Amino acid sequence: MMNSPQQVKNPSSSLKSRFITRFLGALTKINAEHPISSSSPTRIFQRYRRIKVASNKSMAYSVRSRRIWSRAMLSRFRSRRSAFSVRRSSVKTTNCTTSPPSALIKVTINENKIAKGGLDMQTDELRELVPGGEAMDVCNLLGETAHYIKCLTTQVQVMRKIVDFYHLSK
Amino acid sequence: MSSQRATSSNKITDDELNALILRLQTVLPQLDQSRHGRVSAAKVLNEICSYIRRLQNEVDGLSGRLSQRLDSIDLTGFDAEIVKDLLQQ
Repeated sequence: MMNSPQQVKNPSSSLKSRFITRFLGALTKINAEHPISSSSPTRIFQRYRRIKVASNKSMAYSVRSRRIWSRAMLSRFRSRRSAFSVRRSSVKTTNCTTSPPSALIKVTINENKIAKGGLDMQTDELRELVPGGEAMDVCNLLGETAHYIKCLTTQVQVMRKIVDFYHLSK
Repeated sequence: MSSQRATSSNKITDDELNALILRLQTVLPQLDQSRHGRVSAAKVLNEICSYIRRLQNEVDGLSGRLSQRLDSIDLTGFDAEIVKDLLQQ
């Protein structure tokens, strides 16, 4: 297909293609390093875990450090071996007109809790679901959520296609 | 929607909040605006959380399926064929 234009105008399709390349590469690696000679439950479970991590990692790497949630996820992967520590990476705000310095984020969140009551109970739940959500202000949280959902949808879409392509559905 | 005003200039305004919540509503297929119109922020956030959980569980399930039959996938010569197929919506 040398004649078709290679420019990808739609950024989300290049995100998708980056994810596909990475994820398929990771699957190849998992397949090669841990060949399925026996189908013991332990082996299958280990493989399932590796594939799941590969899927999330591939997406986070494809997004790179452009998003708070992807940075948080990548940071999580890197510090997995060492003792658990919460990294406070600087919070870049894209949607808000004002951005509290990262050191004051926790304080601002608590003040917002008191001021906004019920809404913050809902955002509490959201904070646990979105990587890095605990340290975000509400504005960032909602923006990051939209992007995170878009990426999760892409992950699911691609993984489903792989399963279908190889007729793996049972 | 909450009518509490931000007390300092450091806080998000109600309008900004509404805009972000509205944007999230468009992400949810089940709260299609043409059918539901305005929905409370609490409901949107509730649905958003359920949706994220559902997606994360799907990744989980699909990882499980891939783990079962990974050996039957011929990944060596995959490049052109699969990537093309996968990229087609």
